[in-house]
Amino acid sequence: MTNSPNSKGRFGIHGGQYIPETLMGAVNELEEAYNHYKNDPDFLAELDDLEKKYAGRPSLLYYAENMTKDLGGAKVYLKREDLNHTGAHKINNVLGQALLAKRMGKTRLIAETGAGQHGVATATVAALFGMECVVYMGQVDMERQALNVYRMRLLGAEVRGVTSGTGTLKDAVSETFREWTRRISDTHYCLGSCMGPHPFPTMVRDFQSVISKEAREQILEDEGKLPAAVIACVGGGSNAIGSFYNFIDDKDVQLIGCEAAGRGIDTKETAATMNTGSLGIFHGMKSYFCQNEYGQIAPVYTISAGLDYPGVGPEHAALKDAGRAQYVPINDDEAVDAFEYLSRTEGIIPAIESAHAVAYAMKLAPTLPKDQSIIVTLSGRGDKDVAAIARYRGEDLHD
Amino acid sequence: MTETTTTQQGSRRSRIAEAFTAPDGSRRKAFIPFVTVGDPSIAFTEKVVPAMIDAGADLIELGVPFSDPTAEGPVIQEASNRALAAGTTTDDAFALVERLRKEHHIDTPIVFMTYANVLYSYGLERFAHRAAEVGLDGVILPDVPHEEKPEFDEPLAAEGLDLVSLIAPTSHERIHSIASDAKGFIYCVSSLGVTGVREEITSDVKGMIREVRAVTDVPAAIGFGISTPEQAATMAADSDGAIVGSAIVRIVGKYGEDALPYVTDYVRSLAEAVHGLN
Repeated sequence: MTNSPNSKGRFGIHGGQYIPETLMGAVNELEEAYNHYKNDPDFLAELDDLEKKYAGRPSLLYYAENMTKDLGGAKVYLKREDLNHTGAHKINNVLGQALLAKRMGKTRLIAETGAGQHGVATATVAALFGMECVVYMGQVDMERQALNVYRMRLLGAEVRGVTSGTGTLKDAVSETFREWTRRISDTHYCLGSCMGPHPFPTMVRDFQSVISKEAREQILEDEGKLPAAVIACVGGGSNAIGSFYNFIDDKDVQLIGCEAAGRGIDTKETAATMNTGSLGIFHGMKSYFCQNEYGQIAPVYTISAGLDYPGVGPEHAALKDAGRAQYVPINDDEAVDAFEYLSRTEGIIPAIESAHAVAYAMKLAPTLPKDQSIIVTLSGRGDKDVAAIARYRGEDLHD
Repeated sequence: MTETTTTQQGSRRSRIAEAFTAPDGSRRKAFIPFVTVGDPSIAFTEKVVPAMIDAGADLIELGVPFSDPTAEGPVIQEASNRALAAGTTTDDAFALVERLRKEHHIDTPIVFMTYANVLYSYGLERFAHRAAEVGLDGVILPDVPHEEKPEFDEPLAAEGLDLVSLIAPTSHERIHSIASDAKGFIYCVSSLGVTGVREEITSDVKGMIREVRAVTDVPAAIGFGISTPEQAATMAADSDGAIVGSAIVRIVGKYGEDALPYVTDYVRSLAEAVHGLN
């Protein structure tokens, strides 16, 4: 591992374990179990088998020929995490964590969810493993993503609405941490992104790094050389860190994270943490956060429930500090345009989260020569977003 | 008074130990109430703190509101929201302590209970300096465990403030290392979960306190879940004091600006129950 955190889970100055004493035993137990099982051949073989036979890995690296011709520059490849079982990259992490939780003797999974993709993935794997599952979801998000709420219930999970704070992803994370402090002995918090206290950022990164492990091999096979850039959307940042990880040492490959700018980074209605936030400590980690001068976490806005988070994973913060990755803002209009563009051009409806990455690819590809390539991670599929996009375009359509 | 903190700088020392010390120098049981600064207004907090001290409070825990208090149950979350909605800032909390010291002549120890980001965003050294200047004695940070303590403890200690250590029912083998460099007092969390009133406290608090006492003379007070004088007396009997937060804040939430007599009577009943053990 080229970018391992130090003993206290630091990436540069970021990361750490800023959590209540009540949870320290649980995260230490988790760290110990993870350090053991990540090198355990039986564990790795079982995870690999589930990824292949249950989740449908490896995911395709698809050459988007129509898009490439239309944009007239670098070849655009789409890493099709949307084709995974449950329709997003989230299953990669959940399979790993649930398998670990099972090995640790836990019988109950709790999780936060924003758009509902991580909640659906957790509910799915809990059903598969016969584990109890409770998903915390902001009340606002439950309305935005009603179909995913029903999907989780169908899978046997209990969905608990969170009304505290802004009723969105950050509040769902807070409430899941609170639940974990109430009930630890049989419960694993299956955190959905590369954030929170150590060891979550490292563990989630490792489980998601399968994306770039495959993509690097696939692009070398198809193109015979590395891409000019890897582009992924960033909320907490798990699909992005998974997409970047095996390219970090390839210094000529640009790593580009696309943040949700909402109505624009010059407005207050934005979720672009890297572009508008400042250094802080929240949800167990030191990183960048949208906050006011007194450290009060700011309400954030984006059309995308999955990117609607006022912070970012600590490894991304360190990659930004080191200048190794850049983080660009994409606003709602650009994301919705990209959502529609990819649907029409390639017959692929991306998740509105992933559409943020597509939007930047549409800007970048025309500026690069035709003998170069870029990889865009399609972190999820857009079925869940169709009704919301229709409403954004003024149609009276509901789930 | 060996547990009183002195620093190399020696600029000042925390008053916290005094809360647990009788006039003859022996250890006494302390009652520690909590209110959130600015809930529902700064003016109310400025009235309720002296009233709680008159009613027998030995140490005052002031919550500095944070937008996302992950260790709190709904009662204190809502208090934090009310305080922030009223515009309360960290600077307001400092100014309040300054007035309590200078205008109300209060010399009872006062600690802040808040979250890491409130200090971090203010600047740790700047925070510690201002805290010492206004006469604050310590800080409780529920999201700063022992592993992350030095980052906060060093700047606070340099100004003579105590960073209060917390011990939870899950701490087990961690108790030794936490207690051995604890200062001020040790906050023993009675139960799993977040702050809030509980009908019964089932954790082995006696066992926790026994392990603490094996390591240090620093007083240990128990908080989380206490709402009746009987519970307060039981917890204080097993330790050096009882901390009550949510049950008081619930009264403030119910009566708002009119809560003063209700809070005062309630605090008196708790303080008497605790002091009855002395």
